Amino acid sequence: MDLNKKFTPETWPEHPERATLEAKNKFVGFWLFLGGETILFATLFATYIALKNSGPSGFGFSTQELYELPLVFVMTMLLLTSSLTSVFAMYHLRNYNFKKMQLWLAITALLGLAFLMLEVYEFSHYVGLGFTFNNSAFSSAFYTLVGTHGFHVAVGLVWITLLIFRNAKRGLNLYNATKYYTFSLYWHFIDVVWVFIFTVVYLMGVVG
Amino acid sequence: MSSVAQKKGFGATLWDWLTTVDHKKIGILYFLGGGFFFVIGGIEAMLIRWQLHKPNNDFVSAGLYNDLITMHGTTMIFLAAMPILFGFMNAIVPLQIGARDVAFPFLNSLGFWMFFMGGLFLNISWIYGEVPDAGWTSYASLSLASQGHGIDFYAIGLQIAGGGTLMAGINFLVTIINMRAPGMTYMRMPLFTWTTFIASAMILFAFPPLTIGLFLLTFDRMFGGNFFNHEMGGNTIIWEHIFWIFGHPEVYILILPAFGIFSEIFSIFSRKRLFGYPSMVFATVLIGFLGFMVWAHHMFTVGLGPTANAIFAVATMAIAVPTGVKIFNWLLTIWGGSIKVTTPMLYALGFIPSFVMGGVTGVMQGAAPLDYQLHDSYFIVAHFHYVIVGGVVLAILAGTHLYWPKMFGTMLNETLGKIEFWFFFIGFHMTFLIQHWLGFWGMPRRVWKFMPEQGWDFANLISTIGAFLMAVGVIVLVVNVIITSVKNVRVGNDPWGDGRTLEWAIESPPIYYNFSATPLVRGLDSVWIEKMEGNASGFTPAEPVKDIHMPNGSIIPFLMTLGMFIAGFGAMFRTETEWGLGLLIFGLAFTFVSMAARSLQDDTGYYIKKEEILRDLKRKGGQK
Repeated sequence: MDLNKKFTPETWPEHPERATLEAKNKFVGFWLFLGGETILFATLFATYIALKNSGPSGFGFSTQELYELPLVFVMTMLLLTSSLTSVFAMYHLRNYNFKKMQLWLAITALLGLAFLMLEVYEFSHYVGLGFTFNNSAFSSAFYTLVGTHGFHVAVGLVWITLLIFRNAKRGLNLYNATKYYTFSLYWHFIDVVWVFIFTVVYLMGVVG
Repeated sequence: MSSVAQKKGFGATLWDWLTTVDHKKIGILYFLGGGFFFVIGGIEAMLIRWQLHKPNNDFVSAGLYNDLITMHGTTMIFLAAMPILFGFMNAIVPLQIGARDVAFPFLNSLGFWMFFMGGLFLNISWIYGEVPDAGWTSYASLSLASQGHGIDFYAIGLQIAGGGTLMAGINFLVTIINMRAPGMTYMRMPLFTWTTFIASAMILFAFPPLTIGLFLLTFDRMFGGNFFNHEMGGNTIIWEHIFWIFGHPEVYILILPAFGIFSEIFSIFSRKRLFGYPSMVFATVLIGFLGFMVWAHHMFTVGLGPTANAIFAVATMAIAVPTGVKIFNWLLTIWGGSIKVTTPMLYALGFIPSFVMGGVTGVMQGAAPLDYQLHDSYFIVAHFHYVIVGGVVLAILAGTHLYWPKMFGTMLNETLGKIEFWFFFIGFHMTFLIQHWLGFWGMPRRVWKFMPEQGWDFANLISTIGAFLMAVGVIVLVVNVIITSVKNVRVGNDPWGDGRTLEWAIESPPIYYNFSATPLVRGLDSVWIEKMEGNASGFTPAEPVKDIHMPNGSIIPFLMTLGMFIAGFGAMFRTETEWGLGLLIFGLAFTFVSMAARSLQDDTGYYIKKEEILRDLKRKGGQK
């Protein structure tokens, strides 16, 4: 594949993310990978639901006392907005507007970073209260489920940062269009998982 | 970069195999790696049988016996059966669908090295002296109580190997979805490709639960988690559910490709189109689906309640229907065929009654009340060996004979092959048939010793003799391999003379770019169709010869797995040594830097020029 081939918005294919066979392979393969990830999170959700609120006798934490919805609501808004900004980025990818795509991806990354910082704050707040990974089955399940999601966010941030800097000088081509596009799929996936965490962990936790 | 111009010598050859991304070579690597672990698992089996050949034997200690049964099961399932099947898939499936390569050659190599390094990690436990001892299922109530590092070797080793399996699964799925030759519709795909496709889909959905299960176990044992610790609110039943949501589909991941291999063999050596091809495909898909619905039949005695038990019992028995469809289709393929009893065909003929017996005992245990009686007795041991050995291992041995010429370019000796079959087949039934009765007579599984007056002496002796006959069969195979490799008589495209699918239309072993031009597929068993219409080469190109795009080899997959391997030791010794944590960080960093190196270099492969392909064609003096 010719990495240096330059396009114009007119010659740029309608679906650059799957214009070549390799791109098509990555596109389908990544969708399948997300299918596997779904099962992975489903297993963690099941474990969390089974172990929710269960700890040793005299265990002092319950979901109602622990969770604070305002914080989680802000986190949710940040992540949902970052999904929207990544959609803008993909819009510019389709139109072969490299500068604007990079800009929107950078905004996406910043929103994701803000989300992650709030999650770090949330975890350290809980640990300060004495709710640590080791103190009950509930805490282990909570930190593993939410932490795995947080880890995915962190991986996504490293991924997009590397992509932005790696391609800063050479612009869009059919080789990296797929890479940008699969990142956006991944980012939406993380967002959807968070919607489930927000519902199953936090909302259902506060309700009881 | 062509293979002709490559350097010779040991170093160059080793480098070539470490960096290869050619699916045929990776197939051979899987085959050799899996074969290596098959021998280790086999030796463990022999030691188990020797311990049980007479009452009150003190050949091995109780602790070592636990190590042996755990490692035998784990090794045979994860490190022998699956990888050898992956070997065949890698070597054959891209050829069967007329593809030049797999979808992700780099990932393919990474998957192999993760399997191999994970397997090594697991087996280093023998050298270290602390071996997994909680059974291959590693139930949390046992594995959390296990002292030493044995279970850590299990959790980390399987985590690494399991990651490799998931990659292989995704790779085959995408290859089959995207890279079929023109005319190769889904309903023209050979059965082995179909079963690979469904098995890969099952891997995609079965292995993530295993990943999570192993992480939870690792957290509990090494990082103070409480998932399975009931004193802290945990629940060991969670492990059983997670393990079997993986573990039950796993047996279908093994058996479906075996069905695929046998379907090819029945059709080739009956010289007939596979009977009921569409229903075979449908049965395969249905088995794949039902395989996920039945995991709790491993947990009838847990106390899930009669409703849950009944649902899972019915779902379990339902699997017998599509399996029965397959059995009858095979029988009807043979019926009226012009049968040639070669070694692969002999295995296939032996497979049908053996596997049916395993299936029948499976339905018996599907009845929950009966399972309360049979649970954890030797009846279970007999049942799953009838399925796994009578199905999967017979398929592996059959496939070895069938595909050996395609993989290595030389034929295995047929006489030795038949001797091997009879030793193995008779030994197999001697070993496991009697174990059904041992189960009825009350002998529990996983016990290392029995008393003389319990009435199990003679049956156990027969079983042990049978096991050694199986070992003789395998040794005959090894001798066969050595003899034929030394003689190295080269064979043509279609050494069996009755090849039906695309892999038999190209030379043995295939050239590194597989097809000089993408083939045109005109129906099921396309090579057979071409031959019947007078095109002796069995191959019609879909396009003129043109430049071919190929991937570059890479050492990075090997380095990435090396990092994981190192990190595994770091994680294990993290708390008890000063260097453990450092080693963990170093290993992960090593992997990460390798990954970054891969991301930063633009590896877009290279092109083989049209002239070179035409030159190759001329040299072979064949293909139009």
